[in-house]
Amino acid sequence: MHIVIVGLSHKTAPVEIRERIAFPPNAMEEPLQKLAALPAIAEGLIVSTCNRVELYAASKDPEAAVIGMRRFLAEFHDLPQTELEKHLYDYTDEAAIHHLFRVASSLDSMVIGEPQILGQIKTAYSYAVEFRTAGLILNRFLHKAFSVAKRVRTETGIASNAVSVSFAAVELARKIFDRLDNKAVMIIGAGEMCELAARHFLNNGVSKVLVTNRTLDRAEKLAAELQGRAIPFDRFPDHLAEVDIVLTSTGAPNFILGSRQMEEIIRRRKQKPMFLIDIAVPRDIDPKINGLSNVYLYDVDDLQEVVQANLKERQKEARKAEGVVEQEIGQFSRWLENLDIKPTIVALRRKLDELRKQELEKTFGNLKDLTPRQRKSIEAMSNALLNKIMHRPIETLKNGQGDNRGENYVDAVRVLFDLPEPDAGDSEIKPLDSASDEP
Amino acid sequence: MILNLLLFKATLLVYFASTILYLISVISLKDKLAQYAKYALVGGFLLHCLTISNRWLATGVTPVASFHESLSFFAFSLVGIFLLFELRYRTVILGAFVCPLALILMIGGTVAPRQPVAINPVLDSWWFPIHVTLAFLGHAIFAVAGIAGIMYLLQERMLKSKKFSALFYRLPSLDVLDSINYKCLTFGFPLMTMGIISGAIWANSAWGGYWRWDPKETWALITWFLYAALLHGRLTVGWRGRRAAIFAIIGFLSLLFTFFGVNLFLSGVHSFSDFAG
Repeated sequence: MHIVIVGLSHKTAPVEIRERIAFPPNAMEEPLQKLAALPAIAEGLIVSTCNRVELYAASKDPEAAVIGMRRFLAEFHDLPQTELEKHLYDYTDEAAIHHLFRVASSLDSMVIGEPQILGQIKTAYSYAVEFRTAGLILNRFLHKAFSVAKRVRTETGIASNAVSVSFAAVELARKIFDRLDNKAVMIIGAGEMCELAARHFLNNGVSKVLVTNRTLDRAEKLAAELQGRAIPFDRFPDHLAEVDIVLTSTGAPNFILGSRQMEEIIRRRKQKPMFLIDIAVPRDIDPKINGLSNVYLYDVDDLQEVVQANLKERQKEARKAEGVVEQEIGQFSRWLENLDIKPTIVALRRKLDELRKQELEKTFGNLKDLTPRQRKSIEAMSNALLNKIMHRPIETLKNGQGDNRGENYVDAVRVLFDLPEPDAGDSEIKPLDSASDEP
Repeated sequence: MILNLLLFKATLLVYFASTILYLISVISLKDKLAQYAKYALVGGFLLHCLTISNRWLATGVTPVASFHESLSFFAFSLVGIFLLFELRYRTVILGAFVCPLALILMIGGTVAPRQPVAINPVLDSWWFPIHVTLAFLGHAIFAVAGIAGIMYLLQERMLKSKKFSALFYRLPSLDVLDSINYKCLTFGFPLMTMGIISGAIWANSAWGGYWRWDPKETWALITWFLYAALLHGRLTVGWRGRRAAIFAIIGFLSLLFTFFGVNLFLSGVHSFSDFAG
């Protein structure tokens, strides 16, 4: 059995193409059924996000499957296949395993390390389970991918360090205040950017929000949304001493907060530190303020630079993550190979024959006065018995090859008879446990 | 004394291992290594405890009479105080600063003459262990404060200049570093005060005078005033952050001079040779 992936992503296709072949999440049954019904395909799964559309399949004939899946993508979306063709990639076997592991670990994402992709793959998998297009192979494959992603997340810093401006602001605040849960934020200028950043702060525990705006109406509205308090714009400097974090984004042409003013505020706060975030262009806060002690002022460019530095850090971690992914491929691809019938039958025969020989030796040891003829006939009997017992299971295994249950039988036989891996050097491999650490 | 030497060397070795583990863990960001480093340090601390009590039993004199013993005891207090802080703040990186300092003190201890010194019978009273224990606990706490001060200045400079090195991700927040400064001050200052007072009482019982203005006493007083100023500033004027950090560093430097400089450059009743005489 082979694993096949056909698809496209932000790396190979522009958004105009991606949006045309995306599968709407509330109508997955039809495409999944159609995919699974393709001639060469035994199991199917569809991942569709705004950055990628990928078809996953288990197939006995990977070449035919690739052709079928490429055609399916074009036909399903009424696109000329020639137009789509140049954006599509396909992977089989180890390359396919490598690909999914990288995608699930967010190594193939537009923003490396972003966490959404794993959730999106889990959702895609749940549709395939719901509509019964995922079987033994894809089940095991996806679960393995989830556990690889988990390992990457815990063993590398790929998801650490903020890569958006508002998250970067929250992280910087943590480096100043440590805990944000007893801190207060003031929002000056009820713009969208400020609101977004304020929400991040609220999600990270900030307990008190003051909102001010030139038109008090808007301030009151936003304050109500954030469960904060609105204050009139001309009075905001009086309240500055009460807050630890200030977010500004007014359209004011000049500085609304000067150095002298700030000095006074810090004195009133008994030097308790303040974090000022100026997202406005032109800037709202006099940059000289950063020279005061216990005040930390960041403007939009500063935050962007932090984000850039963090991205670089993530790329470093991504290299570590690639190593983790590489390690995990071998294990899964061995499991996949073991689902072949021939080595399984050979292993089964060998195992049972060993048992037979052991028992014979024991018996002959107890019955020392047997004649050679008697011994021979006992041996023949044991052979015949073994063949009789093995006949039905092996027939079933062989017949199973015709339909898609074959792998299930092979897997069951391997587990029931505790058959060894062909590659005995690697003692860690336990086919059943490999995927079970993720629900 | 052979046993004691072996114990001392073993302690040194374990501290060395712990230092290496801490440094690797900080460079590679592997938290697990820091765990091992801490276990090693706890082990080293217990071994050190054994070393010191063994020496005490063997010589019959509180083992802070010679320079070697003092260095060892300083390192011992430092590690002990750090482990206490670790319980509260869980700052791995502090270990990466404290542990090398303890190691340096221990290496200093191997260089200093190791043979036990006899103590003037006039001085041999219960005030001796009380005085040195209080003084060294204070030293250790202020060492942690000084280290936290250095870390604060590093972290603050990065936040102000907006240029972040890899250290930025590893150093704790300004708030934690500042509260370490404050905690150290509130525990260290009373200990130091009691150390000085107990010293005075001891001096009075031995020599019939509380204070003789010998260099060590003078410098201890100067250091005490520095910390008193910092404590006062923190409690009343709201000194914190950068200024408190700088003060903690200056205080610690003054303390180091009181401990080393006075013994090496100036002479007085506190220099170790005097104990023998």
